[in-house]
Parts: sequence; C-alpha cells; structure tokens
Amino acid sequence: MKSRALEKWSPWLLLFAVIAFWQGVCSLFNVSEFIFPSPLRIWEQLIEFKGTIAAHAWRTYWVTMAGFGIAIVVGVLLGFLIGSSRLAYSAIYPLMTAFNALPKAALVPILVVWFGIGIGPAILTAFLISFFPIMVNIATGLATLEPELEDVLRVLGAKRWDVLIKVGLPRSMPYFFGSLKVAITLAFVGTTVSEMTAANEGIGYLLISAGSAMKMGLAFAGLVVVGVMAMLMYELFSYIERNTTAWAHRGSQGV
Amino acid sequence: MENSPFVDFQDVWLAYNDELLAQQQFAVEAIDLQVQEGEFIAIVGPSGCGKSTFMKLATGLRMPSRGTVHIGGQPVTGPLKISGMAFQAPSLLPWRTTLDNVLLPLEIVEPYRSQFKQRREEYAERARSLLRKVGLGGYEDKFPWQLSGGMQQRASICRALIHEPRMLLLDEPFGALDAFTREDLWCILRDLWAEQRFNVILVTHDLRESTFLADTVYVMSKGPGRIVVKMDIDLPRPRDLELTYTKEFTDIVHELRGHIGAFRNEGLGVAK
Repeated sequence: MKSRALEKWSPWLLLFAVIAFWQGVCSLFNVSEFIFPSPLRIWEQLIEFKGTIAAHAWRTYWVTMAGFGIAIVVGVLLGFLIGSSRLAYSAIYPLMTAFNALPKAALVPILVVWFGIGIGPAILTAFLISFFPIMVNIATGLATLEPELEDVLRVLGAKRWDVLIKVGLPRSMPYFFGSLKVAITLAFVGTTVSEMTAANEGIGYLLISAGSAMKMGLAFAGLVVVGVMAMLMYELFSYIERNTTAWAHRGSQGV
Repeated sequence: MENSPFVDFQDVWLAYNDELLAQQQFAVEAIDLQVQEGEFIAIVGPSGCGKSTFMKLATGLRMPSRGTVHIGGQPVTGPLKISGMAFQAPSLLPWRTTLDNVLLPLEIVEPYRSQFKQRREEYAERARSLLRKVGLGGYEDKFPWQLSGGMQQRASICRALIHEPRMLLLDEPFGALDAFTREDLWCILRDLWAEQRFNVILVTHDLRESTFLADTVYVMSKGPGRIVVKMDIDLPRPRDLELTYTKEFTDIVHELRGHIGAFRNEGLGVAK
C-alpha cells in the first residue's frame, strides 16, 4: 500500500526535487536571470504578466484544438481508408511516410505565403504535425484483425463493411486513444513553432518577443504554460481512454 | 432426394493462387466425399495436411480449382450462411459481454439481422438458454477475459450455434484445453448434436476425440493433402466417456493411428 502511494505521488515529488535543485543552483552560483532565470523569478514573472500570458495561452490553446480537431477527422478517415483496403495501404503509406519525415517547421514560411500571418499557418501546422500518429494507429487497429474472426463472420455472409464496423473499429479504439495522447502534445509543438514566426499572438509569439526584449523569466513562464496545457490535455485523453476502453488495459489497471 | 448426400465433394482440387495452380501445387487433391444429412464427421491428419483448407471449401470461403462442391443439393458459389464456425482460439470480442458475443451472428446473418432491434429480448433469451446448456448460466454479463479458456471455448461454440446453422464446422476447437476440460466439452458437443442434429465437420488431430464423437472418420495425408482412409465408427450411441476405455474403442484408435503412421513412414522413406 505504501509503494502504491509513493507511485501515485512520484511525479510531484520528482517535479518538486527538480525545482528545488534548479532554485538551489541559481541561488548558489548567483546565475544571472538574463541567462537562466530561477523558478522563483519565473513564478514572479508569471504572476506579474498573468493577464498577457493568459490571453496568449488561450489563443494557443484554441488554435491547437482547432488543428487537432482537423487532425482527428482527417487521421481517422485516412486511417480507415488505408486500414481497410490493401490497395489504398500500398498506395498511400509510402507517400505519407515521406511526408511525415518533413520537418513541419520548414513548411511554416510556405503556409505564410498562402494564408498570411495569423491563425491559418498555426492551425495547419498543428494539424499537419499531429494527424500522422492518429492515421497510423487507426490503420494498424483495422489491419491486424485475426483472420479466424474474419472467417467466422464471413461464413455468415458478412460484408467487408460489417466486419469493419462490428469488429475493426471497436478493436482499434485503444490504438486511437493511445494515438490521441501522442498527437495532442505534437499539436502544441506545431502551434507554438508556427506562432514563433507567423503570428502576432500566442505563446510562440510571446516567446520570441520576450526573448528579444531579454525578458528571460517571461519566456520561461510561457514555456511552462505550454507544458502545463499539453500535460492537462494528455491526462484528459488518458482518462477518457481508461474509461472507454478498459477491456484493453485490464492487466495494467489491476481490474 | 432422401438419399442424396447433404455435403457432396466430387474430385475437388484446390490451389491457393494462380501461381501455385500453374506449378500444380495443390493444398488438397482429389477429395471425394459424401456426407449424409445430420452426420457427424471428423477429419484427422498431421498438421499442415489441408484440414483447414477442407473447411474453407465446405463453407464456401474458397472455391475449388477443379471439381465441384454441393451442399444441400446446391452447388456452392459463396459463403453459405447456413454454417457456424469455431476455431482453436475462441476469438471472442473483449469489449462485448459473453451474451453480446453470442448474439453477434444474429446481428449479421439474415433473417435475424433485419429484426434484431425489435426482437432483441427474444434473441437474448435464446442465447441465455444456449449458454445454460453448455454450463455458462450466470456468466452472461461477464467479459471474455474474465472467463477461463474452457469457458471461452464454450461461448465460442454457442456463438457458432446461435443462428441454428445446418452445419457446424470445428477446427481443432479443443486443441488448447486441458484433458479434463476437453472431455467435458466432448460431452457438451455430443449432447448438443444429439438434440439438434446439425451436420458437424470436426477437424482435429486427436484420434480419441474423433472416434468418440464422429459417425465417420476420414484420415488425410500430408503433401499431397488427400483423404486416404474412410472409417465408419460403429460404436453404439449414446456414447459415454467410459466407452473410451474399452478395448473396442482403443482398437479403433489404434487402427487410425496405424493408417497415419503408415503414410508418415512412407513420406519419410521418400525423403531419404
């Protein structure tokens, strides 16, 4: 029971230890806050500029969610397509892999030319960076169906569509939720990177302007906020995953 | 029509694709076999001898490369919808309860499919009574992963029988179970068959299992997959587990073993 409690609190303990160590190093060696601000300094800046930070954070948040929403729709549809048809799989997969290897930050200037400065490039970057894992996971869930099960249903005259809806889709749900957790963190990366060069609002923009004004405490505060938002969303999807696809996690959850 | 066989294989050959056909590599060759309505047949043979291929032909999942398959007097042109299947792996869906797993075929096969929503209660009751018959009463709302291997296999057999198929195909259904559970399930299958008299094609490599359950046992050889021996099992029914310890019974098992041993040795002789 004691080790259970320890396990539960371990992330907080580690976080606290890291902050204490960081603060200790900064105070002990008297590190300049223009080089590497201490946690205390970041906290002060966070409080001081809370209105500004909140506005930028909100912008980053909804832009990310918009991009992520498109990523879910496109990822699920493409994943469904390539997971259910071998022809589509062999046609699309290599292209998608090549596309996924492109650094998405490099696309931002192109998106700016097409859509101008603002939310367009940010939403699209968040989308482009995060749909791939969703697509791959849906496709994997559909493509790895047991052949025996398929025979059991096909003998009854089930069409390919029946097999996909009755078995394929529910079966790929754990993969889907697993991929959402990865994809949401990537979406925040996409939005932030895009805002750094192609926006006048958002945490990415805040990072750049705080950096150029030598307000390192504020820049770090911005980073902390993005990290916290991504972590909260990760936890949200992880919660939904546990409560909708418990059958797939019975071992680790100790049901 | 009374005497025309229910399952009729006439000189059936199957190669899995055109390439293999061109090379004359057949998974099964020259299968000639007639099964009467309500007959319980078993097909035994070493692994890889084409037993599962035979099942695919009998269900219409595969078309023969040569020869014809007739079932119920009709030439087979596609999946039949009058058969149920169970395999060595129970392959139940882990997100459905036992009851919902058993109901799955009714959501797919006509005429149940179109009435499924209106008559769900009636169907559920039917599934429950079937589950009770195999000793799974009280486990309807459990998930498959909460059941033991033997119980999962029972549920899998219920799933194969829920739409009252005229033909039940079993591909080594008890292969992964321990000896006691296996014998329990033999008796359950025996009783279900005695009651409903569907046709059974049981593929197995357990000679005692085939002798205990079947009316007729076919022995298949490996490479080429051919039926080499047909053996009628004339043991009286109803058969009791005690029967498996009588001399009569073991003589039959020995004879079957002899047939399989013979062509295995032959095969080895050729290889040398």
